[in-house]
Amino acid sequence: MKSADIRALVTAVVCIVLAALVPFVFNGYWLSIALTAMMYIALSTSWALFSGPTHYISLASGAFFGVGGYLVATGMSDYNQSFWLMMFVAAIAATVLAGLIGLATLRLSGVYFVIFTLGLAEMIRNLVSWVQNNFLGSRGLYVLTDFTEAHIYWMLLTVASAVFIFGWLVERSRLGFALKIIGNDETVARHVGINTAWTKVVLFMSTGFFAALVGAIIAPRYSYIEPNLVFSPELSFLVVIMALLGGTHRLWGPLLGVIPFTLIWEAISIWIPNFTTLFLGIAFLTIVYFVPNGFVGLLEKTRGSRGVKAGS
Amino acid sequence: MDILISGLLLGGTYVLIALGLNLQYGVARIMNLANGEMLVLGALASFWMFVSSAVSPLLTLILVIPLAFIGNWLIYRLLLIPLVRRARHQGQLEVDSILATFGMSFVLVGIMVALHGEYFTYSFLARPITILQSTVALNRLVAFGFAVLIGALLVLWLNYSRAGMAVRAVAVDPASARLVGINVEKISALAFAVGGSVAAVAGVLISTFITLDASVGVIFTMKALIIIIMGGVGDVRGAIVAALILGLVETLVATLIDPGLTLASAYLIFLLVLLFKPQGLFGRAQT
Repeated sequence: MKSADIRALVTAVVCIVLAALVPFVFNGYWLSIALTAMMYIALSTSWALFSGPTHYISLASGAFFGVGGYLVATGMSDYNQSFWLMMFVAAIAATVLAGLIGLATLRLSGVYFVIFTLGLAEMIRNLVSWVQNNFLGSRGLYVLTDFTEAHIYWMLLTVASAVFIFGWLVERSRLGFALKIIGNDETVARHVGINTAWTKVVLFMSTGFFAALVGAIIAPRYSYIEPNLVFSPELSFLVVIMALLGGTHRLWGPLLGVIPFTLIWEAISIWIPNFTTLFLGIAFLTIVYFVPNGFVGLLEKTRGSRGVKAGS
Repeated sequence: MDILISGLLLGGTYVLIALGLNLQYGVARIMNLANGEMLVLGALASFWMFVSSAVSPLLTLILVIPLAFIGNWLIYRLLLIPLVRRARHQGQLEVDSILATFGMSFVLVGIMVALHGEYFTYSFLARPITILQSTVALNRLVAFGFAVLIGALLVLWLNYSRAGMAVRAVAVDPASARLVGINVEKISALAFAVGGSVAAVAGVLISTFITLDASVGVIFTMKALIIIIMGGVGDVRGAIVAALILGLVETLVATLIDPGLTLASAYLIFLLVLLFKPQGLFGRAQT
């Protein structure tokens, strides 16, 4: 290990330990904000692992998240399965779903992919509601566990750490190298013998896996689940905004976007709830026109002249 | 028969939406995800004029067309040209324009919710009328008639006018169009503006028979995109056929199975197209 690697490792461990201590210091309102932020850290970082290098904008997070939450709820409420088993099942189901979607769309240009994922959450929600109303009888689902907010928070922290470890491993693997080449020029990548479609599909499956896991873990927080609640298209957009705002070309980039954005979003939802949509729009426009490389990009630009190399 | 007729009538309006987006994506190379919001804006204008001063939606069209044209032209000049100029390759422009138009669509929804947060309900020509033994609402028929008329005018303009020829040239190859003396930026702005006003017209027409609200734009954007991909990007004939197919299938599913599944059926079509004919119904294998 080089000294830079060791420094990065130590920083990461310190951050995780500090984050794990949050529930002892805060509770109530601030803990619930920290929980939301942790959820978005896991989602955005995992999103950026796929979308950062490939430039495919995935809006499927909401769908996978919903699959996670919904399957946990159905399993526990209708079939008396344990939370842990359903969490596992949900993550596998979403990974398979992501694989199928990836196989159908990732061979084609990015536009097809965006469009397909755009309505995905809404489509699955319609399908689930239809099945529920016609075959299962229309009732809500209860997720009753004895988890407290702190437990949920720690579970999310574990998932987020797993995402970081996964990202760190990918970056150092053949897969990560292949992704970088694909991002720079897909034709070149194909010519040097990289199976481009397969590489993209594998990474996309990982985002499905993590998003469903997060959705499953969050489910006990709501205790009452219905399709309209968990399949929210808004979530997909928030994940994209936070990741891009932070910057997707560094593993820790989305982190810088999630923390400020969660706070602002929280404030806006409380004080001026009618302006959330307008604000989402402004956030997108700000990213495109003013911070195309995210906060990380800005940071590196100001330090860049001195040739400081940022560790990941 | 009922299904066939109402499916075709619905498809007729879809044709218009898809033609508008086709101009924006096929010519100006901007994947405009705010297209549906332009449609809703047209619907809102029509609703307002009707409710506040009882102006017929058909007269509102006269007002909506130039306004939407100017609005979209300005959007292209002010917001999208900087992206076109800064893009180093087509892929980057695609990502940037997707994000920017998402932004615009949210901003427009936000503004419209602030203006009128409820459903745009009004009743215009809601009289039943019988054709070929099946009963349809007169407003659907009128909307279909206007959609056909405007669609036909658009096709004529594209095929027989000098500007239309320039637009088609840019659609085929912007670099070569420049070589024969076409101002690509100007033509792209023109195509984008025409596309936007076509969407607004579609909104005015649709609002006469479907109740819309400020946030449904994205559904129409999706449908337009599915139609374009099914028909093949830039292919007018393909778009018309695809729109009619979508209208028919949606009506079929809504009547026979469940109205909640129309989006799922649109997705099924989309998936089949992606798997078997990604270059469009009449497209050749891609280059």
